[in-house]
Amino acid sequence: MSDQPVQVRGLETRFGQTWVHRGIDLAVPAGEVVALVGGSGSGKTTLLRQMVGLLRPTAGEVSLFGEPLFAGSRAEQLDRRRRFGMLFQHGALFSALNVFANVAFPLREIGITDEAMLQDLVRLKLAMVELEADVALRMPAELSGGMVKRVALARALALEPELLLLDEPTAGLDPDRSSGFVRLIRALHQALGLTVVLVTHDLDTLAALASRVAVLAEGRILAFGPLDEIMNVQDPFIERFFHSDRALAALARGRGIG
Amino acid sequence: MRSEPRPLPAIRLERDGGALRAVLSGDWTLRLLQPDLGTLRRQLDQIEADCIWDLDGVSRLDSFGALLLWRCWGRRCPPGLVLPDRLDSVFARLSGLGEGGLPVEPGYRFLDGTEGVGRLFFKMLRNVVGFVALVGQLVIDFFHLLHARGHWPVLETSANFYKVGVRAMPVTALVGFLIGVVLSYLSALQLRAFGADVFIVNILGLGIIRELGPVLVAVLVAGRSGSAMTAQIGVMRVTEEIDALAAMGISPYVRLVLPKVVALTLAMAPLTLWGSAVALFGGMVSANLQLDLSFDYFLNALPRAVPAANLVIGLSKGAVFGLLIALVACYFGLRVKPNTESLSANTTASVVTSITVVILVDAVFAIATRSIGLPR
Repeated sequence: MSDQPVQVRGLETRFGQTWVHRGIDLAVPAGEVVALVGGSGSGKTTLLRQMVGLLRPTAGEVSLFGEPLFAGSRAEQLDRRRRFGMLFQHGALFSALNVFANVAFPLREIGITDEAMLQDLVRLKLAMVELEADVALRMPAELSGGMVKRVALARALALEPELLLLDEPTAGLDPDRSSGFVRLIRALHQALGLTVVLVTHDLDTLAALASRVAVLAEGRILAFGPLDEIMNVQDPFIERFFHSDRALAALARGRGIG
Repeated sequence: MRSEPRPLPAIRLERDGGALRAVLSGDWTLRLLQPDLGTLRRQLDQIEADCIWDLDGVSRLDSFGALLLWRCWGRRCPPGLVLPDRLDSVFARLSGLGEGGLPVEPGYRFLDGTEGVGRLFFKMLRNVVGFVALVGQLVIDFFHLLHARGHWPVLETSANFYKVGVRAMPVTALVGFLIGVVLSYLSALQLRAFGADVFIVNILGLGIIRELGPVLVAVLVAGRSGSAMTAQIGVMRVTEEIDALAAMGISPYVRLVLPKVVALTLAMAPLTLWGSAVALFGGMVSANLQLDLSFDYFLNALPRAVPAANLVIGLSKGAVFGLLIALVACYFGLRVKPNTESLSANTTASVVTSITVVILVDAVFAIATRSIGLPR
């Protein structure tokens, strides 16, 4: 495996007349938790979606695990796709399938059909995200918001990914649930040695999770580094974003999540 | 920069004095195990129970690989296991899992069939009750609207009328024309054998205006507009738009259901007229080509063969069918639960039910009007 699971080079994106990204270069080192932050409409989620190939940039290139995202045959691309897991903002669970079938879905897709093995694997994944085994037969519509995120995380982890992408992992969760979820992600990161890229506008989450922060503004990366370094960068946007009273309080809260 | 290929998982058996050692090496990860899973599993199964396992050479181990070994060992760490510290946590997670399994959905038993029939019966009963409740709610809202003139959903009704009536005209015309042609052609073959050519006007006129026209248009509309209504209301249920309306104090029945019901009821009579007219035209063209029956004769003979009461019956049938289709469609739309399965099930139920209801009601009409408008 290359040392940089995600590399973005010279990425530019345009929607109609508006430029969202104007030359983004970013390399995510293995084993780090990198947070993409920025104001609303700064293209954080767009960048995340480009990293997994859901959107194609106007110019530039995304490489995963050292190879361009769209390089190689279909089989090679598929193989590359199976090395990361993505957690969507609203979970994106398949609403027609129950929890067990949702988590088992990617496993069945790659050809694991042994039911007993599937049972064990799903049980293990559910235990990893701290869910009881008895939720397995529930439908997504019968789960609370926090449980949906946990099941979605279990599904994202089903294929033992090396890279985990999280889109607003704590959005829509109450403070207690959200710090619980942050703890869970941090524990999984340590236990599984994952590389994590997350998009968030929640500074609590950022301070609690991120080992590095990439600040997106005006279509480029303003700063990239550990949070303490970012805090010292002299820039009006960073000043507003990180140094307001609310922001400082949130960061202090986030650091306190242990 | 291309990444180095990872070492493949492998098992090597060594004879160490008296004891057998299984030495594992490579990456025991899902990605590398999966392509050759069958062979590896057979290899694992053949290893004797008292052998000593050496995992020191394993470069990476994920929970899939660990689970594979764990199951082979009978859900416990075997005696004499050589396990490097860095892999400890993976097995700790597995042993924390304990025994027991996930709850399983119960299988099919003999009595489930009987139970299913019972459930179906009660479901039908509930649907009937729910349908009556919807109609009741609409009537209440309707009388309430009579007092509040400003709140009539006129704009929505007009928009719906355009959508279900005007936009349905091309497809109705196409299907009507073709059915008219086919019906006329097939009848002409029979009639010519008896020399009763001129009765084609009676067959087509009575058949299309009284019976075929309304039912044909109703089936088309049930498929086209009924399903659309169910899906639209259903999606609004899923996205909580209906709750948003209710929270603003706007009755979803007045704003969503009533306009659809009124619009389809109003639109169906003219649509039936249009469909029947085009079908008759198709029949007339076909009769002209097959039997050399002139357009003049056809048009002159039509009023004599078909008393005007039949047109009234046909158009009122159309309006009643429209009312029922819209009510059924809205009823099933409001029953949608927030998941994709429920949406598709209810849309199907809506179309099937409305077509069945149309045919049932048509039979009732046939009995109720059996002494009206038939030439003696």
